[in-house]
Amino acid sequence: MSEPTVPGSPGELAAALDATGYLPDEGLATAAYLALVMHRPLFLEGEAGVGKTALAQALAQLTGRPIYRLQCYEGLEASQALYDWDFGRQLLHLRAAEAAHAADDPARLEASLYDRRFLLARPLLQALEDSPSVLLIDEVDRADDEFEAFLLEVLSDFTISIPELGTVRARTPPLVVLTSNRTREVHDALKRRCLYHWLAHPDFDREVAILRRRLPEVTEQLAHQVARATATLRTLDLLKPPGVAESMDWATALHTLGARELDPDLAARTLGAVLKYREDTERVRSLRPEALFGG
Amino acid sequence: MADPGTAPGIGSFTPHNGGPDVGKASYARVPGRDVVDTVLGFARTLRHAGVGASPDRVSAMLSALGHLDVLDPAAVYWAGRLTLCAGPDDLDRYDVAFLAWFSGQRARIPRTAAQPEVRLAASAPLDAGTGEGDDDGDAPDLAAQASADEVLRHRDVAGLTDAERAHLRQLFALLVPASPMRPARRRRPAVHGAIHPGRTVRRALRDGGEVSRLLHRRARPRPRRVVLLIDVSGSMTPYADALLRFAHAAVRARPVSTEVFTIGTRLTRVTRELRLRDPDRALAAGGQAIPDWSGGTRLGEVLKAFLDRWGQRGTARGAVVVVCSDGWERGGTDLLAAQMARLRRLAHAVVWVNPHKGRSGYEPLTGGMQAALPSVDHFVAGHSMAAFEELSGVISRA
Ligand SMILES: Nc1ncnc2c1ncn2[C@@H]1O[C@H](COP(=O)(O)OP(=O)(O)OP(=O)(O)O)[C@@H](O)[C@H]1O
Ligand SMILES: [Mg+2]
Repeated sequence: MSEPTVPGSPGELAAALDATGYLPDEGLATAAYLALVMHRPLFLEGEAGVGKTALAQALAQLTGRPIYRLQCYEGLEASQALYDWDFGRQLLHLRAAEAAHAADDPARLEASLYDRRFLLARPLLQALEDSPSVLLIDEVDRADDEFEAFLLEVLSDFTISIPELGTVRARTPPLVVLTSNRTREVHDALKRRCLYHWLAHPDFDREVAILRRRLPEVTEQLAHQVARATATLRTLDLLKPPGVAESMDWATALHTLGARELDPDLAARTLGAVLKYREDTERVRSLRPEALFGG
Repeated sequence: MADPGTAPGIGSFTPHNGGPDVGKASYARVPGRDVVDTVLGFARTLRHAGVGASPDRVSAMLSALGHLDVLDPAAVYWAGRLTLCAGPDDLDRYDVAFLAWFSGQRARIPRTAAQPEVRLAASAPLDAGTGEGDDDGDAPDLAAQASADEVLRHRDVAGLTDAERAHLRQLFALLVPASPMRPARRRRPAVHGAIHPGRTVRRALRDGGEVSRLLHRRARPRPRRVVLLIDVSGSMTPYADALLRFAHAAVRARPVSTEVFTIGTRLTRVTRELRLRDPDRALAAGGQAIPDWSGGTRLGEVLKAFLDRWGQRGTARGAVVVVCSDGWERGGTDLLAAQMARLRRLAHAVVWVNPHKGRSGYEPLTGGMQAALPSVDHFVAGHSMAAFEELSGVISRA
């Protein structure tokens, strides 16, 4: 498959991202552009809801590549990231072979058992087999550091060797996006192989632009007020400061209630849309919404 | 030799949004200076500013520049930032260094590493046989030594001689703090629990296709994260060395799930330094990284910085957080009380270690302690080896 024209500069990439509905700033566009042309993984770190995952999806969309996502969690093991043998089907095969008296040659039986059709490809293997692709390794900070060491290996040469079958190599290295919420520091050896970008909350103008683009039904006035109020909430040391996802939820909730603008009373009643912890809602209520979102 | 004072500049530079304002620098087009030289000089400036900028990163910056317009200052800024920085802590330093180098100003770069020979213990190095305590060189009577150790274990470290301190360090090396555990999803082979398909198939193959038994695996308990926040301000000086040794032992025992920060007038992460095997080297490295030895205390502010930059994102979530401080706070304590409450909400358990608590008749009267205690689960002493052993028990059971 030939790729749609690859953007020739960060600016062109920004425009292409914009066309998918994702509005990057200059730094992010440069980061994504370099990841694409240098074949270097992009390591995106930042608060929850700043658009890390969405960027990978937008990149897949604009390059026309399939996206494979590996969601990391504690205890994630290589078999869940690379491949697994399809145990059920292998057993059925064994039974069938036995019934057909084909089990007489154990070596052949074993070889037939570890055939590609019994292999379940997991995201890393899928991304290499279905090249060129986008590989999203989401929330890598949640995996254990043994897993990091393993990732480092895969990302350094984009090959996976399967003892029973042989080596799989990507024809074109996938565009790799790793994300982290920084719940712990990811090892420097892994980061060194990547382009590192710290993704901050968008500034006011960009947030308004994102709200307008994603939620065209919301009035400009409301978008402005939601962006400003969300920015205020981010300064309050909350357990979970609202990200873009939350400001969008808030604007949607307000719009659904028929609001054309945000007033303190409405803000207080809809706080649940933007704050995800009861403690946060209580704190903000105790600070008197009139003072925060003043009329 | 490149000189920051005459570094070339290019175009005009608009600082990135979101970050600190690095100001607007104007650039004269200075041709003739090779891009490579410029980048190498910049990397040196950056290393002075405390950002790693290893050679492989520098070569990544050069190759990034190969894909961008080198005459566009913003492109140069991003090519460097994306390849040379490794975390949010690097970004401010990067901005300062970038401005210094590319605008031709010699900006003052914060030099965290410029605090040499910190007074990490007014004490002798750990060579065997230091000083009077070991006296006449004969092999000491084991029983006498053991009981001397026992006495030493309970002595307040603030009042030790250099020799006693040196001996105590050897005892520290034997301390292996246990870590608190919690259940997790990771699996290992076991008799009960979820089926382990790979093992079952291999077994069936051996048994000629017959699934004679299902092999299982079971969740393996995982260590909980332990976060140590160690006050290194003036009033804690007599205890800082011992506390950092305790921290070193904790990091060595559980390198992945232990984090150590020093608090005083500012927050410094010293986990990486404390990972060095040799305690003296680890402490020396830690000492280099700590800019605020023996300064005043701003516990509330520093705790807030910890929660903002680390704790909130997850370092404190579900962790056992141990604050080691005498609770002396300059100024008001409202901020400290609020931040402790915030910490309590995030953490699994909050332990406060106060060396003065070991003294008989101690009452937690300082304003800081009063403010903190409502948010503390375990309040313990930390003045002697025995107290540290007890502390490891508290941490592992928390
Ligand atoms: N720059 C942007 N342009 C358009 N939409 C954006 C932008 N940034 C964020 N969004 C939207 O905000 C929402 C949250 O983004 P996303 O889920 O990617 O965040 P995240 O950083 O991955 O968060 P988490 O850490 O919680 O996974 C998505 O709906 C995304 O489309
Ligand atoms: Mg995400």
